[in-house]
Amino acid sequence: MNNFLDKSDLNRKDVDEIVSDTLKNCDDGELYLEDTKSESILLDDNKIKSSNYSSDLGFGFRAISNEVVAYSHSNEISKESLKNSSQNLKSTLKSSKGTYNHEIPKTNNKFYEDINPIEQKSLDSKLEVLNKVNDYLRKKDSSVKQVTASFSGEQKSIEIIRSGGEALTDVRPLIRFNVSVMLEKNGRKETGVYGIGGRQSYDEYLKNDNWKNVCEEALRIASVNLDSKPAPAGEMKVVLGPGWPAILIHEAIGHGLEGDFNRKKTSAFHNLMGQKVASEGVTIVDDGTIGKRRGSLTIDDEGTPTEKTVLIENGILKNFMQDRLNARLMNTKSTGSGRRENYKHIVLPRMRNTMMMNGQHTQDEMIKSVNRGIFAVSFGGGQVDITSGKFVFNCTEAYEINNGKIGSPIKGATLIGDGPSILKEVSMVGNDMMMDPGIGTCGKAGQGVPVGVAQPSILIDKMTVGGTKL
Amino acid sequence: MIKGQEYLKSKASFCLDLAKKLGATDVSVTVGNSISETVNFRNKALDESNRSDSLAISIQTFVGKKKSSISSSNLLDENLKTLIEKCIETTKITPEDKFNSLPDQDLLAKEIKELDLYDETHLDNDKKIDYLRELEDTASKDEKIINTESSFSENRGNFILANTDGFCNGYKSSSFTASCVTVAKDENSMERDYEFTSRCHLNDIIKPKNLGNIAAEQTIKKLSPKKIGSDKISLIFDKRIAKGLLSSFASAISSSAIARGTSFLKDKIDQQIFSDTINIFDKPDLVKGLGSQYFDSEGVKSETLKLVEKGFLKEYLVDTYNGRKLELKSNGRSGGSTNLYLENGKMSFDELLKINSKNLYITETIGHGTNLVTGDYSVGATGFLIENGEFKHPVNEITIAGNFNDMFKNITLANDLEFKYSVNSPTIMIEGMTVAGK
Repeated sequence: MNNFLDKSDLNRKDVDEIVSDTLKNCDDGELYLEDTKSESILLDDNKIKSSNYSSDLGFGFRAISNEVVAYSHSNEISKESLKNSSQNLKSTLKSSKGTYNHEIPKTNNKFYEDINPIEQKSLDSKLEVLNKVNDYLRKKDSSVKQVTASFSGEQKSIEIIRSGGEALTDVRPLIRFNVSVMLEKNGRKETGVYGIGGRQSYDEYLKNDNWKNVCEEALRIASVNLDSKPAPAGEMKVVLGPGWPAILIHEAIGHGLEGDFNRKKTSAFHNLMGQKVASEGVTIVDDGTIGKRRGSLTIDDEGTPTEKTVLIENGILKNFMQDRLNARLMNTKSTGSGRRENYKHIVLPRMRNTMMMNGQHTQDEMIKSVNRGIFAVSFGGGQVDITSGKFVFNCTEAYEINNGKIGSPIKGATLIGDGPSILKEVSMVGNDMMMDPGIGTCGKAGQGVPVGVAQPSILIDKMTVGGTKL
Repeated sequence: MIKGQEYLKSKASFCLDLAKKLGATDVSVTVGNSISETVNFRNKALDESNRSDSLAISIQTFVGKKKSSISSSNLLDENLKTLIEKCIETTKITPEDKFNSLPDQDLLAKEIKELDLYDETHLDNDKKIDYLRELEDTASKDEKIINTESSFSENRGNFILANTDGFCNGYKSSSFTASCVTVAKDENSMERDYEFTSRCHLNDIIKPKNLGNIAAEQTIKKLSPKKIGSDKISLIFDKRIAKGLLSSFASAISSSAIARGTSFLKDKIDQQIFSDTINIFDKPDLVKGLGSQYFDSEGVKSETLKLVEKGFLKEYLVDTYNGRKLELKSNGRSGGSTNLYLENGKMSFDELLKINSKNLYITETIGHGTNLVTGDYSVGATGFLIENGEFKHPVNEITIAGNFNDMFKNITLANDLEFKYSVNSPTIMIEGMTVAGK
């Protein structure tokens, strides 16, 4: 376990005193200490382009009085620096008359091991894998014109010190392995990208030469796109494949169900609790407890153990995702969804692994039922306007469907829809639920956090496809 | 207090000396400190205060043509020593790359012209609160506005860049930023919009009343939008969206995208890529400019570039490494473009709206539908239908799509350029794109 005070002029008693004194008339707050070791190694254009190692240490001190959050962070863990922060918080909340809420649930669960993935694999062996990826792809297909492959890994150690001296700790490993390939044929260029990752050592993901599967998938996506035709424009039926396409769920409804937007009534969902927001048979959960997944956490960044939160059950809106602040102001409990990118940022309610559960249908049935539409298999990313509820996501692999049959691949296009109504357009839910490969990062208010998504195949009766072909 | 030049220089030279001693042939170090103080308001009350004090050091070590780098926020000598040892160890086992090196010495910045990038004025949080209160009082006047969120942030930074070829320079900069996000509601819809101001000097930011008024007006105008049918229609991009297209252009001419062959503008130097009325400049020495710099992130001097002249592509944005690959000299754009802008067109905004009887005016796009390899563009959009120069009704839940190769050749510009961001464009019209709607 990291001892944050080792190299400083502070001892544990000083810290407890400063924290308790700063938070004495506040409703909540904590001192959050963080030490992150991270690396990224990149092969590009036939060469090891960069190898970077980074070590980042700092604290974030938060005091909350009613709705007001005061925050101060610094890299210098010292008595002077902590006292300056304390002074800054006190001066913002000078008239605070709150009562500190000491209650915080405990857990004995652990959803990943205390490992440092960077140290568990030598630099030489990482370089060897990257070079093998480059050689393999370039030999495999002469139209391969560019290969980029990368490892990124980190170990983040955190400690949360609450008023009264309670301390909570967590050590979080995270890795990602990524391959991107560009093909050029008959004057056309297309790229394909694939990656894998989660909260285990690199070698867990690279067992049995699994890097080859990652290469094959990136190559397959790029090859499909070389033959793509312009995408259609307009409203039509859309079949989404299982797994990663669940970023539709993440964008369309996930963000709209985060506690802060609903407390502030700026979410299109804020007045829909208990109401039907999706077709029958649609159940969506946000789960932070799946072992070793990218979006999982043993405790969130306020110290609350994570849980499996049911958001929508059989079409009915059941719960929002909450951190402690928004839960208190909405008279409910934190769902263990309080997260921050790092010590430089305040806590916000965020998603973890957002999943649509299995239904009865097969993907085949869905395709057969469509006269004119598209079948979307893979996506780049998405975005949502919380207030209007409009969301988009970008296809990176998609096909047209004509008379119940999958036709030609189509060029990348943006799909746009309306969050509160899109799930009512879901007419079939598949029985082939799959998790994504462990690559998602969600952005909100300038903060990126690792997340996961999962879903079975689904059929959406009406969505606008943003192609160029009328 | 922000750390002074002397402190930063002493850290930088400690690292240079130590890395040399441990076997590095060349070394480059950047060390900086940034402090920001932000106050957030919501519905006319304090919501959040945030003070941030960040130290950062990054070190690149070369052993011959081998290179590696480390970065850290912990500037204690003991920690730096451990990291530098690790970095050199890594460098030695990283394969050689013949293009790795420090920049050419004769390209390093020597003279420095004063650009007035630092305003030492400190605004107390209570004063920031006064600004935000006045802003939100104005923004919330109309009863259709149901939520206001605003923010004021004061940022200052100082840094030193030093390398073993004798370069050692750095400077302070500041920015003052205020923003307002409003939510409006009527019986049919709820909409959000925003306005924002950012300047190096406190006195240059927009007055709070104006900021609040603009945000509220823009939001109310968006209420009760309609979806329109799919069509090929002339699109007019508001300045705040037009600058995004220009940023995509800048990414596509970065020397790294060109050297890797992953840009649709590769091998297009001296070819016509825009309509022949288009000129694009990148000017690093704009006084008080938000993108201004005395030198780039490698210490290379940067001068004004005419990137596009009468529609012809004249230059890429070149750094040292990719420049070597492309057999070009660095033009001081290691950090990308500086103050990038499209030169004004000939006609007024009103005249532009009237060229075609029917236009879609785009005020917001969402999604990441820009493919720089192919030039394909497809994003979600929000805006207004304009007929015969008049705003008819708001439009949403549509997408707009095209390909940059065609889009760039079909641009017509208004003459309303202003320097509000580091990338700036007048209002632009593009014909021939596809709108997907009903």
